[in-house]
Amino acid sequence: MIELGIVIRNVSKTFCSAEGDRTSTEVFSDINLEIGHGEFVTLLGPSGCGKSTLLNITAGLEEATEGSVTVDGRLVQGPGADRGVVFQEAALMPWLSVRGNVLFAVKKKLSAEEAGRRADHYLKMVHLSRFADAYPHELSGGMKQRTAIARALAMDPAILLMDEPFGALDEQTRTLLHRQLLEIWKQTEKTIVFVTHNIRESLLLSDRIVLMGARPGGIREVISVELGHPRNPLDKEFAALERRILDLLSDEISKVAKEEYGDAFAD
Amino acid sequence: MPLLIKRLLFFAALFVLWESVYHLNLVYSFWSPTLFPSPSGAVSQLYIGFFETGILRVAFSESMGRIFTGFILAVLIGGALGITLAVSRLADETLGSLVIALQPVPSIVWLPIALMMFQGGSSAILFVVVLGGTWAMTLNMRMGIKNVQPLLIRAARTMDYKGAELIWKVMIPASVPAALTGARLAWAFGWRALMAAELIGRGGLGRTLMDARDFYNMDLVVAIMFIISAVGLAVEYLFFSRVERKVLRRWGLQEKGSGR
Ligand SMILES: Nc1ncnc2c1ncn2[C@@H]1O[C@H](COP(=O)(O)OP(=O)(O)OP(=O)(O)O)[C@@H](O)[C@H]1O
Ligand SMILES: [Mg+2]
Repeated sequence: MIELGIVIRNVSKTFCSAEGDRTSTEVFSDINLEIGHGEFVTLLGPSGCGKSTLLNITAGLEEATEGSVTVDGRLVQGPGADRGVVFQEAALMPWLSVRGNVLFAVKKKLSAEEAGRRADHYLKMVHLSRFADAYPHELSGGMKQRTAIARALAMDPAILLMDEPFGALDEQTRTLLHRQLLEIWKQTEKTIVFVTHNIRESLLLSDRIVLMGARPGGIREVISVELGHPRNPLDKEFAALERRILDLLSDEISKVAKEEYGDAFAD
Repeated sequence: MPLLIKRLLFFAALFVLWESVYHLNLVYSFWSPTLFPSPSGAVSQLYIGFFETGILRVAFSESMGRIFTGFILAVLIGGALGITLAVSRLADETLGSLVIALQPVPSIVWLPIALMMFQGGSSAILFVVVLGGTWAMTLNMRMGIKNVQPLLIRAARTMDYKGAELIWKVMIPASVPAALTGARLAWAFGWRALMAAELIGRGGLGRTLMDARDFYNMDLVVAIMFIISAVGLAVEYLFFSRVERKVLRRWGLQEKGSGR
């Protein structure tokens, strides 16, 4: 039987230092997670718990030490255009214009005409048509990030992997991009895996929140968010979920801090 | 006072001072007057050499032809070598150490061997010019490729770029700033190597300078030195620094508006 969507099975990751195994760090072990078609899932957890690592393994940019990731039944063995990635930093090619950067992602498999049409379409979608000929050094951080999003969308991947894409942005730009992202998600029915350490962001966006913890790393809890869009943080249910996640997370954070600072931390 | 005015005044003063010392020397002869060049004499030699006898015009175009060919070859060879060293560990550990060993040898030292290998003549000089520029280009290109931001490579890999395509479409364009530094050094080393080689070899500005000395035409010697300096300045400031400023800005390696 072919399992649809992303299936993460018994995935462990240990980083070994270059010189032998003496300083190897286990990030997490035995992670199991299934993400269905068209689902919007956020990975939420304290810094260093392995969110990026898990995303990169799914992207095929990092190898799992044990276990496997399959996408629609196919084993992930490297990066591929079926999984678009938006990194925390925009990662634009500085020698290409905004349009050139989007074309860069699509011109390999499309005719020049079709690629151009697609680039223009997605630049319009992220409201960057006016800046199509600008170069990355002329853009603000938010505009760069939107270019990176347009680039990932233009590849038209079934899966979009986003690693804290809005982390470095101001509140207003972030709110704007949240709205655009939800719009795009509704229009294109993509599967989105979104890394964040912002509780409110995860509640605003996703169908399910995968709460991760550190030492030992792993999934603590998976929380379904059964609220319609647009979501309102002042909503009672929203606030209750927010409080619950905050409690779970602060347990995690104080546990890590206690290990780090010993009993001096105990209150 | 604007910079340009300050400089003009300084050089005018230098010209006047030198010219007066020359005229004093004509009267008091504390140095053999035939061996003492004057700036006005040098300027008139420039005019004569370019527009009357044509010797400077011929020498100038010969030297420019050599540096141009030599520079292009140095950039191509050094660029290819640098890329090879950056992507192949084996090449870096073997060939790379040879490059590092050869790099401190002033390329003019190769002239005797080159003269034998090429039976004298222009090819030997070209060889020295190419060698003068190649190592700087190689090492800068290698560093450029090695220092490409890993994030750009990861991003490109998620868009199905791999192997040779990754090198062509990402690593080489990303290392253009480093390649440009390499090219600028290759030009500077090449130009100096060319002049040294021509003093010993045949043809071009360097040879003409030696001939002028043999005829005790010190004004012409100074005139040629003017040309050598002017070419150096023109390429350095009119060409390389302009291109470099543009490239550094676009590649995001220079703060906005911080250029001079
Ligand atoms: N290349 C690497 N080599 C060694 N250890 C690594 C490497 N990359 C990550 N780690 C370790 O793995 C752990 C998880 O890192 P990861 O980047 O996945 O965390 P994260 O949850 O994304 O944190 P953040 O929210 O701060 O981005 C960290 O403890 C880190 O020290
Ligand atoms: Mg991270």
